[in-house]
Amino acid sequence: MVTTPALQLLISLKDVSKGYGQPSGQSISILEGINLELFEGEIVAVLGPSGSGKSTLMRMIAGLIAPTRGQVIYRNQPMLGLNPGVAVVFQSAALYPWLTVLENVELGLKAKGVTAALRRQKAIEIIDIIGLDGFENAYPKELSGGMRQRVGFARALAVEPELLCMDEPFSALDVLTAENLRTELIDLWIEHRIPTKAILIVTHGIEEAVTLADRMIVLGRNPGRIRAELKVTLPHYRDRKSPEFQTLVDEVYKIMTNPDLKVDGIQADRPTDMPTVPTSVPKYQSIPHVRAGSIAGLLELLEHRQDEDLYRIGQELQLEVNDLLPIVDAANLLGLIEIKEGDIHLNAIAIEFIQGGVDERKQIFRNLLLANVQLVEQIHHLLQTTPTRRIPEDLLLDILTRHFSPEEAQRQLDTAVSLGRYAEIFGYDEPTGELYDETADS
Amino acid sequence: MTRPLTPNNQLPDRIHWTWQDGVVILAMVALIFAIVDTAAQFTGTYNAKAVIATDPKVLPWYTAQTLLRMAIAYFLSLGFSILYAYVAYRWAIAAKILLPLLDILQSIPVLSFLPGVVLALVALFPGQLLGVELASIILMFTGMAWNLTFSFYQSLCSIPKELIEAATTYRLNAFQRFWTLELPAGVIGLVWNSVMSVAGGWFFLMAIESFTLGKESFQLPGLGSYLSKASNDGNLVAIGWGLVVLIGIIVVLDFLLWRPLIAWAEKFKLELVESENPPQSSVLDFLWRSPTLKLFTQQIWIPFTQTVDRTLTHPHRLADHSRRSATPHTPHPTPHTPIYWLNWVFASGFAFVVLWGTWEATLLLKVLNPEDWWQVINGAILTTLRVLLALTLSVFWTVPLGVAIGRNPCLSKLLQPVVQIAASVPATALFPVLLLYLVQWGGGLQVGSVVLMIMGTMWYVLFNVIAGAQSIPSELFEAATVYRLSRSQRWKTVILPGIFPYLVTGAVTATGGAWNASVVSEYINFQGKTLTTPGLGEVISQASAHNNYPLLLAATGVMSLIVVLTNRLIWRRLYKLAQDKYQLL
Repeated sequence: MVTTPALQLLISLKDVSKGYGQPSGQSISILEGINLELFEGEIVAVLGPSGSGKSTLMRMIAGLIAPTRGQVIYRNQPMLGLNPGVAVVFQSAALYPWLTVLENVELGLKAKGVTAALRRQKAIEIIDIIGLDGFENAYPKELSGGMRQRVGFARALAVEPELLCMDEPFSALDVLTAENLRTELIDLWIEHRIPTKAILIVTHGIEEAVTLADRMIVLGRNPGRIRAELKVTLPHYRDRKSPEFQTLVDEVYKIMTNPDLKVDGIQADRPTDMPTVPTSVPKYQSIPHVRAGSIAGLLELLEHRQDEDLYRIGQELQLEVNDLLPIVDAANLLGLIEIKEGDIHLNAIAIEFIQGGVDERKQIFRNLLLANVQLVEQIHHLLQTTPTRRIPEDLLLDILTRHFSPEEAQRQLDTAVSLGRYAEIFGYDEPTGELYDETADS
Repeated sequence: MTRPLTPNNQLPDRIHWTWQDGVVILAMVALIFAIVDTAAQFTGTYNAKAVIATDPKVLPWYTAQTLLRMAIAYFLSLGFSILYAYVAYRWAIAAKILLPLLDILQSIPVLSFLPGVVLALVALFPGQLLGVELASIILMFTGMAWNLTFSFYQSLCSIPKELIEAATTYRLNAFQRFWTLELPAGVIGLVWNSVMSVAGGWFFLMAIESFTLGKESFQLPGLGSYLSKASNDGNLVAIGWGLVVLIGIIVVLDFLLWRPLIAWAEKFKLELVESENPPQSSVLDFLWRSPTLKLFTQQIWIPFTQTVDRTLTHPHRLADHSRRSATPHTPHPTPHTPIYWLNWVFASGFAFVVLWGTWEATLLLKVLNPEDWWQVINGAILTTLRVLLALTLSVFWTVPLGVAIGRNPCLSKLLQPVVQIAASVPATALFPVLLLYLVQWGGGLQVGSVVLMIMGTMWYVLFNVIAGAQSIPSELFEAATVYRLSRSQRWKTVILPGIFPYLVTGAVTATGGAWNASVVSEYINFQGKTLTTPGLGEVISQASAHNNYPLLLAATGVMSLIVVLTNRLIWRRLYKLAQDKYQLL
């Protein structure tokens, strides 16, 4: 796609942040310092691990959520409320079960006040384009997942939006259907059969992003921010096996597997005199959501494949980046592996772990957990100092909710408990919600 | 990419008009005529001396009047509950007041409203039949409205977030949002609760259509008063005929009205998977295919909805929308906006009403002396014991039977409609027959009231236990067989925990029903005599019959307090336990 210098600017985000305040006064930030511009004629993919705020970013662009700081500019004016030029396609299609396909597609047109005859005509046209001809009076429960998502597309395209926003539109579908829909989307885009001027896709699939997008925005988490922006200049109907494709995927993997990697071009653009958001409390360590078994499994798989490309391993194991990254992060956190330029290197302790029996593994894991994971160490310390050797989980949740949202706090605690139980550092009694000391010492 | 229409979409349309269509048209005409004619009878002067005939020949006419009353009361309840629940859903500050209020209203027995409502309306329409008719309709309303309201509110609160976001981003205006999203989301709950509400209406029919208030006795021609009079006279033949008509009407309503509605409501299910045994109704199928309905839909209904849509939809302009808030729920409104002040007016107005009401109530209650209070407390204890006993006995026999039916698919398919209908038949109508035998055996109303309570409530428990037994996955039973669990182990580990959530739901409904039933089962007019047994229900009935308002207020207040406390302290805990520990994965 040739980029012309005078591309129309559709939407720009200026220093947008989103956070919300806790009753304790602490504010939890989901996104910070986002500067983004969307131009006509391009497909932009927003990539990031879970918890990086990509859905929130999309919803701010669509106008469903208002930013806490900063501005969303649409047509040179600050946007208040819903963005009139945006239509959204949801992950689960979000169709109304009691309306037929035709009625669902007409929904947006009806709200705009289009007359019945014109509405029907437009809807039938778009249903035809999207490939559901003949299913106009079917109900959603009669359709397969892929067909429902097509209806979701049809509904969005019927209102002729300038920007089409999609929130992980293909992740609820099976691989073949997703592939099919992606190709059809590109068909429609290239042939200009849809009136949309730009598309924004939120996704966690790196390959999907490289297949579809002209520009990829990689988000990081803690705090949610833009880490990198990559341009994709490959011509469409991109070949997955081509070296350029693989290089791009590799690059993104490198960025995503190494959260601390500084990416050129982005950090430099930030003005140096811009104050960083002051935090009164040092950043609290966030545990990736994994089970001990997955870490052990990864290590075993890597035993004879040191210094290998992480991307290749992921491909071979058919693991999505969303599944693989947390495990890699956790292993990194525990000091079992090191990541150099996207390649994994097993440490000596990891070799010991792999070759040991169940007891040795637990011992090693226990030591690594207590040394490296702040939350587990805290719990252990609390348990040791309490006379009854039992603490209620609410106490820990109180501490955690100062740094995380309530759901994330619960997830962090669940992960810590699962890891601590495996290592036999402490146990958990579900009915009473208490953690108790398991270490055999006095 | 194109495929022919799936078979589901192609109901074979009948092009020719058959005789059944003629029946449908005639039925519609006859219905309209009957309604108008019956309603005309509701006006005119009230003849206090009119005697309810017990000749079976008057039954059709009486039944028509009863049905009309119930229909009016039902539509009133439906409208009220949709409005009330919607207001509570949209405005959080209103919800803070409306929901506890609903809780309290639900706990007040229908007959406690009786004196207040009747006197108010008789005063409004002195000497007119309309006053008494309206009173009975409103009383029926108080028995029907509350569960509909709760159900609609629950449905609104469980709408999936993405459907709401879709409505927001496609810019549906308030009316469209209501009609396309919020109302359909509530349909299934409303249909099922309507069945329950109407069954509740039948339950209190006798007490609503003929009652004594002080020195006056009010009677309206209807099926309920017919049964009352017949049982008062001890006229077994008349009672028999009345029961036949009553049960017949219930069965017919079930077939012609509830079944089609339940089958139609499947369309509104939120899960996108077709259930294995979707409810069927031959009446619904018939109506879908009939040309009459098609004609009606195309010529009348669709143009009507389109006109409504057009008048209520404004073509959207860019400037307007940029200023409109994106979220449907008003967040905490900032000061100085009109909504903020409106909230304050509403809240303070309500607070004022509550304070004034409490003040008046206290004045009223001061009239009572300790003996009265002792009567109330004593009654409360006795009735509580009776309710507990009734609940225990109901559970005792419905659980084994329910599990047996639920685990046997053929049996449940056969018996479930029967149980549904049996649950609709009001136990109050069968009371007189039962009483005869009880009186003969010398049981007295002590035993009688408990039996009557059981009869009124056991169906709820049975219903729920059957559903619960059906929902236990057969794999759990297979595991029990493979690991050779003994019978008692099987009950303890698989069956009882499996049905626990449903049992709790059934028990809650049954207890509520028992409290309501206590008012009519502890004080009965039978064969010219008044049979009573000490209890809270008896106190309420007595107080109501003798115009003793302070006592009525005290007794109602105590009953309401007990029900609300039981709700908060016991049922909520059990629900939470059911959710946390006994939820099937």
